[in-house]
Amino acid sequence: GENTVRSSLRGAGGGSGVPLPRPGLALRLNAGLLFSLQIFINNEWHDAVSKKTFPSINPATGEVICQVAEGDKADVDKAVKAAKAAFQLGSPWRRMDASHRGKLLNRLADLIERDRAYLAALETLDNGKPYSVSYLVDLDMVVKCLRYFAGWSDKFHGKTIPLDGDFFCYTRHEPVGVCGQIIPWNFPLLMQAWKLGPALATGNVVVMKVAEQTPLSALYVANLIKEAGFPPGVVNIIPGYGPTAGAAISSHMDIDKVAFTGSTEVGHLIQKAAAESNLKRVTLELGGKSPNIIMSDADMDWAVDQAHFALFFNQGQCCCAGSRTYVQEDIYHEFVERSVEKAKSRVVGNPFDFKTEQGPQVDEEQFKKILGYISTGKREGAKLLCGGNPAADRGYFIQPTVFGDVQDSMTIAREEIFGPVMQILKFRTIEEVIERANDSKYGLAAAVFTKDLDKANYVSQGLRAGTVWINCYDVFGAQAPFGGYKASGNGRELGEYGLEAYVEVKNVSIPLSTDFPTLCCSSRLYLCLLV
Amino acid sequence: MKKQGSDSKPAPVLPALPEPLKDLKIKYTKIFINNEWHDSVSGKKFEVFNPANEEKICEVEEGDKTDVDKAVKAARKAFELGSPWRTMDASERGRLLNKLADLVERDRLILATMEAIDGGKLFSTAYLMDLGACIKTLHYCAGWADKIHGRTVPMDGNFFTFTRHEPIGVCGQIIPWNFPLVMFIWKIAPALCCGNTVVVKPAEQTPLTALYMGSLIKEAGFPPGVVNIVPGFGPTAGAAISHHMDVDKVAFTGSTEVGKLIKEAAGKSNLKRVTLELGGKSPNIIFADADLDTAVEFAHIGLFYHQGQCCIAGSRIFVEEPIYDEFVRRSIERAKKYTLGNPLLPGVQQGPQIDKEQFQKILELIESGKKEGAKLECGGGPWGDKGYFIQPTVFSNVTDDMRIAKEEIFGPVQQIMKFNTIDEVIKRANNTTYGLAAAVFTKDIDKALTFAAALQAGTVWVNCYSAMSAQCPFGGFKMSGNGREMGEYGLHEYTEVKTVTIKIPQKNS
Repeated sequence: GENTVRSSLRGAGGGSGVPLPRPGLALRLNAGLLFSLQIFINNEWHDAVSKKTFPSINPATGEVICQVAEGDKADVDKAVKAAKAAFQLGSPWRRMDASHRGKLLNRLADLIERDRAYLAALETLDNGKPYSVSYLVDLDMVVKCLRYFAGWSDKFHGKTIPLDGDFFCYTRHEPVGVCGQIIPWNFPLLMQAWKLGPALATGNVVVMKVAEQTPLSALYVANLIKEAGFPPGVVNIIPGYGPTAGAAISSHMDIDKVAFTGSTEVGHLIQKAAAESNLKRVTLELGGKSPNIIMSDADMDWAVDQAHFALFFNQGQCCCAGSRTYVQEDIYHEFVERSVEKAKSRVVGNPFDFKTEQGPQVDEEQFKKILGYISTGKREGAKLLCGGNPAADRGYFIQPTVFGDVQDSMTIAREEIFGPVMQILKFRTIEEVIERANDSKYGLAAAVFTKDLDKANYVSQGLRAGTVWINCYDVFGAQAPFGGYKASGNGRELGEYGLEAYVEVKNVSIPLSTDFPTLCCSSRLYLCLLV
Repeated sequence: MKKQGSDSKPAPVLPALPEPLKDLKIKYTKIFINNEWHDSVSGKKFEVFNPANEEKICEVEEGDKTDVDKAVKAARKAFELGSPWRTMDASERGRLLNKLADLVERDRLILATMEAIDGGKLFSTAYLMDLGACIKTLHYCAGWADKIHGRTVPMDGNFFTFTRHEPIGVCGQIIPWNFPLVMFIWKIAPALCCGNTVVVKPAEQTPLTALYMGSLIKEAGFPPGVVNIVPGFGPTAGAAISHHMDVDKVAFTGSTEVGKLIKEAAGKSNLKRVTLELGGKSPNIIFADADLDTAVEFAHIGLFYHQGQCCIAGSRIFVEEPIYDEFVRRSIERAKKYTLGNPLLPGVQQGPQIDKEQFQKILELIESGKKEGAKLECGGGPWGDKGYFIQPTVFSNVTDDMRIAKEEIFGPVQQIMKFNTIDEVIKRANNTTYGLAAAVFTKDIDKALTFAAALQAGTVWVNCYSAMSAQCPFGGFKMSGNGREMGEYGLHEYTEVKTVTIKIPQKNS
């Protein structure tokens, strides 16, 4: 939750409540002492069929942390076979009490909590996010998410239905089957929990591909999945690349559903592959260019603080980043001034340092892409107010950057930058800003800051976005559904809504009498054929 | 079994069956956009035929991409913030849908006659079944309009969170020819009760009743642009809808082959939401302990209803070994009782197939059945010298690898297979890319519940077949589709969930 985020950042300064990361973690990883870096299928560790490996890089230094097995189509095939066997009628997983599925998910949450400091450090090492944030925000949300879905496992009710005629009719919410899940690198552990929680609570089996930039924490969790007691084949985890392993999942004829979090570009490919293969169900959580609207009656301190947080949190690597900050004309100058001040004071550096608020971007490709957007912004006439350059000699650090006088037509106001680059735009009227805010192919999130209830209601209803925050930003909880309108995705994750994507609804009808003429008469079915 | 209460059943609430209209006039043959009638931009028209006598009924304006563009613009405009449709009370949307139901009831005889002439459907079926289902579905969805509740969410932290179930926006809806009017209503009613606007493409074989509905929609008082109807062909108008960058959702009922094209187009274009109701090869499993009369009758009707042109047709009948021969014998007897002929005439039980293409495809599959060694028990050829009639056909000794046991025939051709054990028949029933419907006939509660759980299908009937109504969700597992129509579940496909979170000073439970 937002409270946790705020207190975590404060806590990081004071060092309260967060255990120190373990020294020498990287070294011990290299020695292979802690866990396997292979492909996880049937609760066992496998080399890639091709025997290939790829390096995982520490983005704070650009150095290789370790080599990880590189899964591709052949490994996906193996994993799907295992998953399918685990999903067979009569299997331990299919016969397990729903409440016991909940128990296993709760146990997994306990194990993650037990190893919280280790996992947080691993996440920081591999992804670059500040350790204090990993520990307090990411890990907290992971544990809460798993516990939330554990509770749903025996409560996702079918219905009995008052069907016309002399029938008894009910629905069963059955698991979809083998679910392919492709997760991103910006919140590796959290996205893993968002995907596993609802899929397992509803009784599915999973073949998960983790991002090639950040495979480590997911593989560690694989150990915990086994330790928790999930039957072999229920969860299978494959580190690998999108065009090979990811494509194999989305075009697989034996995968019943694919869930993807990542770019809109790849989302298109996945939905196409699903269509061309077996019409597997598709849910997508994709990109955004989320508007954050600051009305002149808003609490200025709070709005500046939140708009900063909305964009710079997680090095700007959030799909819901508030990357179009619309500020009402009469407070625009002051807002810009204070935002620049705030950006300049942001502490960039070693993510294991408790003072650090901003670590490196995840890899060289992203680093270069963001710098490219910054030069485009300058070229197209936006006013660079601070930052704009790399922030260190090594590693993928970028200075907190603020652009003023941004116009809606500029590339930096239209495309997802996914970095610490804030765009501030000016508006006059509420009608104008709604139209401009909605003029985007995206529709993931949006926010409005105002003290006026009418404005809050008007804007929150007019915005075409799956999440609207009023007087806050980046507030997440496992209870609240999240997902996009338009090209920001299909479907919802989290909340009760998030379960829908992981079940097939089966409708069962039984007549209360099997005497055919009576049945026909009472149900009025086929009567015309009998006359 | 003794029933409680009086033994005399309440009289079914069915209207008496009138005679079909003798002098049906086709008034509406143009494209319906913004509550107005338009010629096609290209000036093209296409011919609509009566499949019972192959005679032309009329010509209809042929919409293609440019007409779809016009319709989408109208639908988008009707969906703008502040528009009459967006600012309308939800209860008023419900009132309009109820009004539309009343108008359909008023014009029931016109619509049923039109459906019978255009679709080759028995007039009695059209009047009693199809129109009855349409009216009920409209009333059902009307009732939902102001009951699509968002939720307040017990969010962690000092926040107040709620969800709004908002309409998705412009919905493209592409409907088939087998139940032209019912499918039209199944598509528009949930879309409209949730507050969407729609662009509907009816099938080129059967556009007439949908266009007539355009006039009733206007009469009911729906604002211009809320419902737009573009008759035309799949590769032109249908493709334009599924590729359109300004259509937010596409719903399709039809073949699995086309379903794949539509989902692909959605993926290539703007990631519009997709729901699909596609083909089936539904298993119907008859155990030796079933009531044989009931089982034979339901198995028969489950396949032959509407000339076999149902996506849910029970086209793989698995019969337990001890009763196999008797079941086949009785099924043949039942199939032979049929009277084929003009679907408008009383006493006729089977009309023509929809068109020449389907007619030839069905005959080709019958030939393949004979060639692959199935035993042709009756029928097997065309009937009459005019129109697309096919004799009721029964195959026995069918094995799972034959084409007639794997492919969707969509005609009056019944396949009867033999099985020995429960495990075997579950495996065989599920061994298909389809998963639309399934049925089991048994008196044993353990068997019934085992099959209700084990069959991979969106609908399972126990001791009955084809029992459907607006309250029940309908849709497919596997390649029979994505999503559900009808019931409360069907509404999910027409809303976007918006989570709104507001900071508050202090939370109290």
